[in-house]
Amino acid sequence: MSANKEAAPALEVHNLTATYDRQPVLWDIDFSLPEGSLAGILGPNGSGKTTLLRNIMGLMQPDSGYVRLLGQDLAKVRAQVSYVPQRESVDWNFPVSVSEVVAMGRYGPGKLLRRLRRQDRDIIEEAMERTGILPLAHRHISQLSGGQQQRVFIARALAQQAQIYLMDEPFVGVDAATEEAILNLLGEMKNRGHTVIMVHHDLQTAQDFFDQAVLLQTRLVAAGPVETVLNKENLQQAYGGRLNVLSKVGQLAAEKQFPLREKAFRERKKPAHGESD
Amino acid sequence: MEKVIDFLSFQDPTVRLVVAGTVLLSISAAVVGCFAYLRKRALVGDALAHSLLPGVAMAFLFSGQKDPWLLLLGAMISGWLALGAMELIQQHTKLASETSIALVLSVFFGFGVLLLTYLQHHGGGDQAGLDQFLFGNAASMRSSDLYAYGLVGMVLLVMIGAFYKELKLYCFDPDHAEAIGLPTRILRYLLNTMTVLATAIGIQSVGVVLMAALLITPAATARFWSYRLRTMLFLAALGGAVAGLGGSFASYLAPAMPTGPWIVMVLSFLALVSIFLAPRVGIFARMWRQRQNQRKIIRENLLKAFYHGLENKEAQHAWLSRPEWQEQRHLPEWEWQIGFRQLRRRRWVLRRSGRYRLTERGLAEARRVVRLHRLWELYLSRYLALGKDHLHPGAESIEHLITPEVEKELLRELDYPEQDPHRSPIPYKS
Ligand SMILES: Nc1ncnc2c1ncn2[C@@H]1O[C@H](COP(=O)(O)OP(=O)(O)O)[C@@H](O)[C@H]1O
Ligand SMILES: [Mg+2]
Repeated sequence: MSANKEAAPALEVHNLTATYDRQPVLWDIDFSLPEGSLAGILGPNGSGKTTLLRNIMGLMQPDSGYVRLLGQDLAKVRAQVSYVPQRESVDWNFPVSVSEVVAMGRYGPGKLLRRLRRQDRDIIEEAMERTGILPLAHRHISQLSGGQQQRVFIARALAQQAQIYLMDEPFVGVDAATEEAILNLLGEMKNRGHTVIMVHHDLQTAQDFFDQAVLLQTRLVAAGPVETVLNKENLQQAYGGRLNVLSKVGQLAAEKQFPLREKAFRERKKPAHGESD
Repeated sequence: MEKVIDFLSFQDPTVRLVVAGTVLLSISAAVVGCFAYLRKRALVGDALAHSLLPGVAMAFLFSGQKDPWLLLLGAMISGWLALGAMELIQQHTKLASETSIALVLSVFFGFGVLLLTYLQHHGGGDQAGLDQFLFGNAASMRSSDLYAYGLVGMVLLVMIGAFYKELKLYCFDPDHAEAIGLPTRILRYLLNTMTVLATAIGIQSVGVVLMAALLITPAATARFWSYRLRTMLFLAALGGAVAGLGGSFASYLAPAMPTGPWIVMVLSFLALVSIFLAPRVGIFARMWRQRQNQRKIIRENLLKAFYHGLENKEAQHAWLSRPEWQEQRHLPEWEWQIGFRQLRRRRWVLRRSGRYRLTERGLAEARRVVRLHRLWELYLSRYLALGKDHLHPGAESIEHLITPEVEKELLRELDYPEQDPHRSPIPYKS
């Protein structure tokens, strides 16, 4: 039994099926990720990436199947798991300051009717320092840029001092500085043996960031080491043919101003060089 | 007059009691209401208040007396049924949530009014003044009522104090609360129960029709002035207290007058004042900002025009006449007047017998504006591949907006260019 536990992967998803109003969004998903990995959950828009994370975090009841974290039920290892939701999932006009949001990482069922301790305060400050938002500690959260808001969420997750981090598209709508700060943090976490599982929409960079990948399209297309998952065939299956993607990209470029994209492409080359370790 | 003095001196113990009770329940409704407001449940609060009526009427029907605890119990049951009904309708039909709220409100309230009418015609001895449940009458409360409502109000405030941080988290990010294993179901029941109770204790003094105002208006008003939940709760409590005081005062002066409308009048006055005067988001603050922006634009346009004039003359000498100043861009007289006055006040311009010249500071400022304009044009042409004739209008507005940080970024991005797309030199600090 104990030997079994040691070998337990960070995350196992077994035959998971999830629906909204009886519309299947995830269909019989089955995979596992080893501890200490940096894993990307990839797939086109609406392929169920967010839904998968919500099911893992117990925020939704699956129609069938189950999830194990560190070989256990979520209820037993909650303190070891932290979740960074999509930025739009909360109202940024809510009357709280940056440090108050980060402090929420220290709340928990064992701390009802109690104020946070000095030790908690220290942890909160360190989390803000590591994400570079300590100078903004007393700002109201609506006064932050998108990137800074994302960092607040990440700082809150760091304050939880968990083993496994689940992040939902932390790179969406953030500035170059935040992107770099997040990437540095990811490296740090990996070095400490933490597991990071991240929803990501950009295939270009996926190769460079991750060592494991899960490719979704309502069903599981492939899961495993990133090199084996991200091949042409799998991508074709997930994204439904290249022309589709191309026309979508074309639409995007027409809709949005693309200086942002150009800039992003240039900067994204950086991690590619430092990838060897 | 005598009555006013009587009231204000708080000599009369019944006055003291009525005031204390009304103020306390107003405070607790205002504080509980903040959470409903932040969860965007303002409409639910209104529906809930109306839905308490049948429960209250039933309690009276069965017991034949106005016992506050029985009324509270009836209100609780009725409120819970209403909440449950809303939830069921939303879960099992495709109706929009507002529809389900409106549906529950009208059905419950209609039934309540029906019961009330029946009671007034067939009820027992104490049926007089039952319509006070609709619009409230603070002065009619007996001491037993006041003790009961005051006690419940106190308990509500203590509960909020005890679970303050969890309630804050639950309202801000319920998913996170759930993810870290907080008992979110219990928190939700707690909030709902508190809303029902906070509404129920106000029924006699404010009435079901206007109770929602006491729940939501202080929260909305306080939000104008605060950026922290703690401050918001405190200000909402203050607003509720003032309204409660005003309401009970009016009720004391004119006992036949319903209290609810008076409380709402006070609350609305506070809300109106806030809409105009609040910092940053208030109407006056916005108007002031717009005025400042407009002045900045005029001022900077004037500087830019001057710089263009200097470029034209190739800086033979720095003193320009007014036609020379406005050669490239003619501003209407009033704009010129406003702009010139501002430049003068900042000591950015000198005048000598009908000719003008920029001071050193003024010239630096003019250079900055022209530089930003040209940098932005260059940025647009490089990154958006816009034609040269499309560049000017876009840069015209943006140049007034660019902060030093953005300027730095622009410079880095464009690698400190020498010329804009029209081949005009980009002026740097000399
Ligand atoms: N609350 C919801 N109710 C109904 N349908 C939903 C809801 N959330 C998501 N969906 C649907 O489920 C599908 C998957 O959504 P999601 O997991 O957010 O995808 P992704 O994160 O990969 O973009 C989409 O088709 C979306 O429209
Ligand atoms: Mg998503």
